Amino acid sequence: MSEQAPNFKVTIDNISIEVPAGTTILNAARMIGGEVTPPAMCYYSKLKDSGGKCRTCLVEVSKGSEKDPRPMPKLMASCRTTVMDGMEVKNITSEKVVDARKGVVEFLLLNHPLDCPVCDQAGECDLQNLSYEHGSEATRYEFKRRTFEKEDIGPYISLHMTRCIMCFRCVYTADQLTDKREHGILERGDHAQISTMLNKALDHDFIGNVIDVCPVGALTDKTFRFKNRVWFTKPVDAHRDCKHEKCNGKVRLWMRGEEVFRVTARKDQFGEVEEFICNECRFDKKETKDWVIEGPSLIQRSSVISQGHYVGTKKTPILINTVIGKEPKHLLDIHSISDVNRPEIDLSKIEGPAHSDDFKVSK
Amino acid sequence: MPQGFRLLTFDIKMGVKVLLDNDHIEGIRYYDTYRKHGGYRAAEKAFKMAPADIVEEVKKSGLRGRGGAGFPTGMKWSFLAKPEGVPRHLVCNADESEPGTFKDRYLMEFHPHLFIEGLLISSFALGSNTTYVYIRGEYAWIPDILEQAITEAKNNGWLGKNIQGTGFDCEIYVHRGAGAYICGEETALIESLEGKRGNPRMKPPFPAIQGVWMRPTVVNNVETIAAVVPIINMGGDEYAKIGMGKSTGTKLLSVCGNVNKPGVYEIDMTISVEEFIYSDEYCGGIPKGKRLKACIPGGSSVPIIPANLLLKTAKGETRMMNYESLSDGGFASGSMMGSGGFIVLDEDQCVVRHTMTLARFYNHESCGQCSPCREGTGWMYKILKNIEYGKGKMSDIDLLWDIQRRIEGNTICPLGDAAAWPVAAAIRHFRDEFEWHILNPDESQRRNFGLAHYADPIHIPASA
Repeated sequence: MSEQAPNFKVTIDNISIEVPAGTTILNAARMIGGEVTPPAMCYYSKLKDSGGKCRTCLVEVSKGSEKDPRPMPKLMASCRTTVMDGMEVKNITSEKVVDARKGVVEFLLLNHPLDCPVCDQAGECDLQNLSYEHGSEATRYEFKRRTFEKEDIGPYISLHMTRCIMCFRCVYTADQLTDKREHGILERGDHAQISTMLNKALDHDFIGNVIDVCPVGALTDKTFRFKNRVWFTKPVDAHRDCKHEKCNGKVRLWMRGEEVFRVTARKDQFGEVEEFICNECRFDKKETKDWVIEGPSLIQRSSVISQGHYVGTKKTPILINTVIGKEPKHLLDIHSISDVNRPEIDLSKIEGPAHSDDFKVSK
Repeated sequence: MPQGFRLLTFDIKMGVKVLLDNDHIEGIRYYDTYRKHGGYRAAEKAFKMAPADIVEEVKKSGLRGRGGAGFPTGMKWSFLAKPEGVPRHLVCNADESEPGTFKDRYLMEFHPHLFIEGLLISSFALGSNTTYVYIRGEYAWIPDILEQAITEAKNNGWLGKNIQGTGFDCEIYVHRGAGAYICGEETALIESLEGKRGNPRMKPPFPAIQGVWMRPTVVNNVETIAAVVPIINMGGDEYAKIGMGKSTGTKLLSVCGNVNKPGVYEIDMTISVEEFIYSDEYCGGIPKGKRLKACIPGGSSVPIIPANLLLKTAKGETRMMNYESLSDGGFASGSMMGSGGFIVLDEDQCVVRHTMTLARFYNHESCGQCSPCREGTGWMYKILKNIEYGKGKMSDIDLLWDIQRRIEGNTICPLGDAAAWPVAAAIRHFRDEFEWHILNPDESQRRNFGLAHYADPIHIPASA
């Protein structure tokens, strides 16, 4: 941007801010922050050309600009509309916007399966958050939900097409981070689907990032599948000396106890990846010793993940010993009774979700 | 005399024809015949003019885009960016996929040279050395006709290098679509032409700034392009004298449905809708003396209106066949000229079933890019299917209204609007037919609702 680039004054929900020319309404709103920021399911600031598709970020432009004060006739996708000087935007102060957004959320949930209880994305799902904030309590849809045949896209990434909301982020990710895109959109309309055509595997060494950009549980980490609920794991920032030229090894580890259950890129306050990471860091480095741990990640208070309360916690002292004056006598040791509770087995190391077979003792 | 038969007398005046005036001539689709009957005279004239003057003539003619939106063509042409050293393109939208519309097919099939002459003049005016015709995939036989005409034109020095010694080069390429309605949307068409998936682009930037391969591009309908020929021949001012008000020139209408003479007609936009339907020169009335129930005057996506609002506007004036009059009253009581696909429904037609068919079409043709259209069109179709087959609930009507309301205007491209409008109009004007279907689930499977009161004169409050 040149030095003379003028600053444009834009007013969003009666809050004014000056932003450089060329800024989108959404990004201007993010600079203001708080409630003023429209939700975005498909826009991703790190991916060029993304946005405009989900329509959750629709806003009303009640004044086009200082020069041309006419309001825009339709609601605009704030992620793809650049600000003009003197523009006035209504987000949550506009009834039209609130109503349209409610409609969009209903549309997005129309065919989305309610399988959150078994979905790995639950707890960090943009669609869950969106529905809580902007949706209705019930759907008016009374028909069978759309399903897709399950497709295997390789050893690392699990594709659940039924959960997909067609944000196209993973397509842009593959286009912009890898040299060859193996997946894309097949079919059209309500049958449009992410697929690889002829069952190719997604195996590029940067393709794991599609998991992080996916706003829902359509693309999840196979190495973490069914291992743990995200809110039981504790995110810590860590880094390693990664040899990959495009990866700087700065990641977030999702730990439980000493075990590393999952590795993802670090995300900012808008849920966007700060720096993309390579597949090796993500899928293959699952030992604590692989990483230099920097400390607990900052998680928003409102997030379910923060319920783990692991920052600054103090261990509750065990008082029973002082009360009764001796070590309590255990009547039974759960580990010796239970068939599926053996502390020497690391759940994070088991292939796939834990199964009773994994705990069988060879006798 | 069967009930509902209308005896009408009209002053027989043949409408002015400028596109299909040579329609009766045997072999007009071949170069020699076309040239003999005044073909390429407009091109000769145009090559003696400055490109900017041609644009000026088109502006003066008041020609409005014939693809559906009715945007002034001259204005569109003047928006074309002309950066130094960047090629510009003219792309002709021949992806005529709107149900009920087949006027462009007629033009390309029987008057290919008129079309190519129009392309040539427009390309010259816009400075497009490479011009594309994006033709609907289902029109499988027409590319051959066009290719043959292009070869003939080329052999006679009207295409290729240094055309007629003017130094202007122009090539026309015919590109076949793969069978998607959405590729009739100009930015989806451009994407498809570039070899990508036909998803509409976000606007801005508009094609006039960044179109095909990010070069400045004008996308025009076939009929619009063809109309440039008579405009140059007779001059923009003369052309503007045909028609009425801002609806200048002539318009091709493709008529289908319950009329005696379906087909393509050229009208000069000065006749009434009633005359158009009942006169022998055009549709020739409704077969078997049936009564008119409803009409979709401009292709499937424009609002359907009942007979009483079709023939007279809400103000009680006679409705004319032109842009302004057809849209008089807005969506509350009017419709649109659209692409000119004139669909007539007689008293035996079921509006619920008809609306369901259209909803199915838009569900099938939605590109799936943005959520309201992808999810909403399928939802509307499923609800309409329930109502049609006697499984509907009264609350479904309000639900349908709510869905269409939330699709309209909230999508990337106009397909969302096109899917929402027919449903909205059907509920707005034919709500009692929907209710009858729901309240009489068995009877509605055996018989139609019939004409009911849809042709009754409408009481106009004095203040309206």
